[in-house]
Amino acid sequence: MIPTSLTPYLPLLISVIYTAGVVGFVFLFVLFANWWERKVSAHMQDRLGPMETGGWHGWAQALADAIKLLLKEDIIPAAADRKLFKLAPYVVFTGSLAGFAVIPFGAGLIGTDLNIGLFYVVAVSSMVVIGILMAGWASNNKWALYGAMRSAAQMVSYEIPVALSLLIPVIMTGSLSMQEIVAAQEGGFWHWFVFRSAPFSLIAFVIYFWASLAEVNRTPFDIPEADSELVAGYFTEYSGMRFAMFFLAEYGNMFIVSAIAATVFLGGWQPLLPALDFIPGPIWFVGKAMFLVFIQMWLRWTLPRLRVDQLMHVCWKIFMPFAFANLMLVGLWQVLVQ
Amino acid sequence: MEAFFFLLLAVVSIFSGLMVILQKSPVASVLFLVLTLVCVAALFVMLSAPFIAAIQVIIYAGAIMVLFLFVLMLLNLQRFTEGAWSRFQITGVVVAAVLAVVTALLLRAVPLPADSGFLRETPGLGSVEAVGLSLFTEYLLPFEIASFLLLAGIIGAVILSRRRP
Amino acid sequence: MDLSRFNLITIATPLVLGAGVLLVMLVDLLSGRANRRPAQLAALAVVLAAAAVCLATWNTGGVSFFGQVSGDGFASFFNLIFLAVAFLVILAGPAYLERNAIHFGEYYSLVLVSVMGMAFMAAGTNLLVIFLGLETMSLALYVLAGFNPARQSSNEASLKYLLLGSFATGFLVFGIALVYGQIGSTDLARFSAYLAGAGDPFAGYMGAGVALLLIGLTFKMAVVPFHFWSPDVYDGAPTVVSAFMSAAPKAAAFAAALRIFYAPAESLGLPWERILWILAALTMTVGNLSALNQASIKRMLAYSSVAHAGYLLLGILAGNELGAAGILFYLASYVFMNVGAFTVAWMVNRRGEGRYDLGDFAQLGFRRPLLAAMMSVFMLGLIGIPPLAGFFGKLYVFTAAVQAGYVWLVVIAVLNSAVSVFYYLRVMVIMYMRENEALKDVDRIPATFAAVAACALMVILLGLIPGSVLDVARAAVASMP
Repeated sequence: MIPTSLTPYLPLLISVIYTAGVVGFVFLFVLFANWWERKVSAHMQDRLGPMETGGWHGWAQALADAIKLLLKEDIIPAAADRKLFKLAPYVVFTGSLAGFAVIPFGAGLIGTDLNIGLFYVVAVSSMVVIGILMAGWASNNKWALYGAMRSAAQMVSYEIPVALSLLIPVIMTGSLSMQEIVAAQEGGFWHWFVFRSAPFSLIAFVIYFWASLAEVNRTPFDIPEADSELVAGYFTEYSGMRFAMFFLAEYGNMFIVSAIAATVFLGGWQPLLPALDFIPGPIWFVGKAMFLVFIQMWLRWTLPRLRVDQLMHVCWKIFMPFAFANLMLVGLWQVLVQ
Repeated sequence: MEAFFFLLLAVVSIFSGLMVILQKSPVASVLFLVLTLVCVAALFVMLSAPFIAAIQVIIYAGAIMVLFLFVLMLLNLQRFTEGAWSRFQITGVVVAAVLAVVTALLLRAVPLPADSGFLRETPGLGSVEAVGLSLFTEYLLPFEIASFLLLAGIIGAVILSRRRP
Repeated sequence: MDLSRFNLITIATPLVLGAGVLLVMLVDLLSGRANRRPAQLAALAVVLAAAAVCLATWNTGGVSFFGQVSGDGFASFFNLIFLAVAFLVILAGPAYLERNAIHFGEYYSLVLVSVMGMAFMAAGTNLLVIFLGLETMSLALYVLAGFNPARQSSNEASLKYLLLGSFATGFLVFGIALVYGQIGSTDLARFSAYLAGAGDPFAGYMGAGVALLLIGLTFKMAVVPFHFWSPDVYDGAPTVVSAFMSAAPKAAAFAAALRIFYAPAESLGLPWERILWILAALTMTVGNLSALNQASIKRMLAYSSVAHAGYLLLGILAGNELGAAGILFYLASYVFMNVGAFTVAWMVNRRGEGRYDLGDFAQLGFRRPLLAAMMSVFMLGLIGIPPLAGFFGKLYVFTAAVQAGYVWLVVIAVLNSAVSVFYYLRVMVIMYMRENEALKDVDRIPATFAAVAACALMVILLGLIPGSVLDVARAAVASMP
């Protein structure tokens, strides 16, 4: 039993434990996703990928890489803006990690169920751009700068279709709280928003998923770090620990956008069928999110990269009008139905 | 606790506000402006207006400041290399000092209305529902005028960015 | 939901203009690359439709949209002024734009969106609406000032106007915030009730708030010491735009000032009276003295418009019904004189955009007697020679000021008018007496000529029936809530 003198500190203790758990989860996820992506890409190209490290299918490869990164020298270029260069990875990493605060892993398993939860995620993820620009600018390197600017243009543009399509489940729920959105999708997959008031929510899901690929700089929207032209984009100059932080943030963002899609469109931690609710919610939730992460990897090794102008064209002239029309139609639908 | 956080945010936002104008490098100025805006957003959270806070971060820090940075990087402005203080800087400091004195006198003459009452008329003033409701009833017309304001801005951007013949 | 709270009649005119902006953009898009005529015609049609709607809904609106706007006679009167200016610059504009190879369809949509902003400034009964109207107007004007990107002075004008204008807007917004901080509302009804009811109306933040509001508005009126932008901007901007800028926004700023300050005028305390007194005296004097020595007609007209803002301030200061109605009449005549004068200025300009020399007017009286006669009408009207409209505008405003007890200020105003005779008459002297400097002939542009003729006619007409127009203006002022 916990002594009564400690009870006032219990909520604090719980949140500290939860936060530590989430950070641990992010690390684990990144290690796993890194290995997984290599395996997926290898198998798609009829290779085997890492097979040696750790024994079974090279399972410890990512772990070994992580240790290598931590031990490597931290290089700061002589011409760099030192303060900004050091600060940038933290901003990016914090922006990415902060999003996890409102991700509902299960019925009671959420950092904090803000009543503006969804908005909060959009807000903190928009801070990532600032960090990327800082990194690109501070590196004092043309590739880094180009990468940062491409990334900024892309993320600011694609934020709009993302936000517009996220509004559709919000309209259908009448709340911005993550848990309430999940609760509104209870009772089997046909209650999930992606299948409700079709085709609007389906269109919204598709737009969200594609636009979020651009938000996290994944193929086919990975021009900010197009390695064939920009070396590695905004983190070209980074090495060691700081590079690892960018890496963590990238994969963390991958999970966050998939988790949001799972939450608002695919029923969150709700089971596929009501009869399957003996499987705990967190497993459903992570499973759905991982499925979407897998699709992201699949697309990466299937589709070619878009050009900058094509990228902007897709956003402003295709996603945007569709997202706006969709939003209006859903509003109309909700008014007419109710 | 609340007073502590308020003071912390206030001090940080004023400090970074000052740094915006004291920095030589324009990029650093913009980054300090971002910090100021984030602090102001946090103050909104303390005033139980989380929606406004989120909007503040999304629009100002996330979009407008990014465009600022973007333009600065496009222009590739170097540090301002003014050695001595220019005439304008001296004028500016004098004007700022006078304004500061006037503001201080004003604040001393007028006690801050700790509870003027009108902010407490509506509970949940800053919630999404309250903001949305007042935006689409009482302030519908200003809201719509603002959309034409933006339209004027878009037309202007098209005109000014037109390729020179 | 109670839809009667959203009475569209109150905003019928700006609504037509707003729809018109979209229509004009669409027409311009569909009419191909080289042909701007359809956009112009569409814009003219929109202005006429808006004027028709304005007349049809004259003083029928009342306060609506939760007290945000009032579609009263005051708004209708000003809307008609704005629409007249818009009509004239749209009618006269193409020739100028063609001459400078800047004939883009956006000219028309920007003029319309700007007029829409002005309409909201005149109709707003809430500081927020007035502020948004002012910003909509200004944003379009910033772009219009830089409408000729090939000329550096146009870019400079645009940037200068933008920077200073945004600064002034900052003052306005801060003023609104302080007023809100004191009374908990941006509603003008609450504002005037507070001023009338409170023991010391300018206690607390109100004093600073009202001062900042005043700075924001006087900037748009180009009142000394916030006038420095106006000569440079009017001079650098394309001249059709200068014609528009010197007329309509000034009227809109005075409309907003009347909305805010007219009702509680009697409660405007002593310090405010003094401040306005000094501002008015300074504006008239500085404007007129600076205009004396200008070689460029555009700069001369710019300073003259500063001086006129000073005369108009007398009406605000007087604070009585005649003063307010006098401002309405004054503005109704002033816009025609100014648009006419600026239009003639670019018609006779024969040395290229960079130079607007008064020498351009040499011998105009013999080569184009009609044009010269009309320019004379504008100049005499701006001096205030009876029986032209300018005379009656000054008469009403000055009488109102005397009634309110500002005898010395009126003496200063009359002395200033005497000074202004010098530079206005100089234009006429050049037109009729100076030798020809072998300049090339003035183009004959029927549409522009028609616009100038309309201006001249209005200046004469308003001078012939000043009484009945003043009655309309009085009724308009009385209809304010």
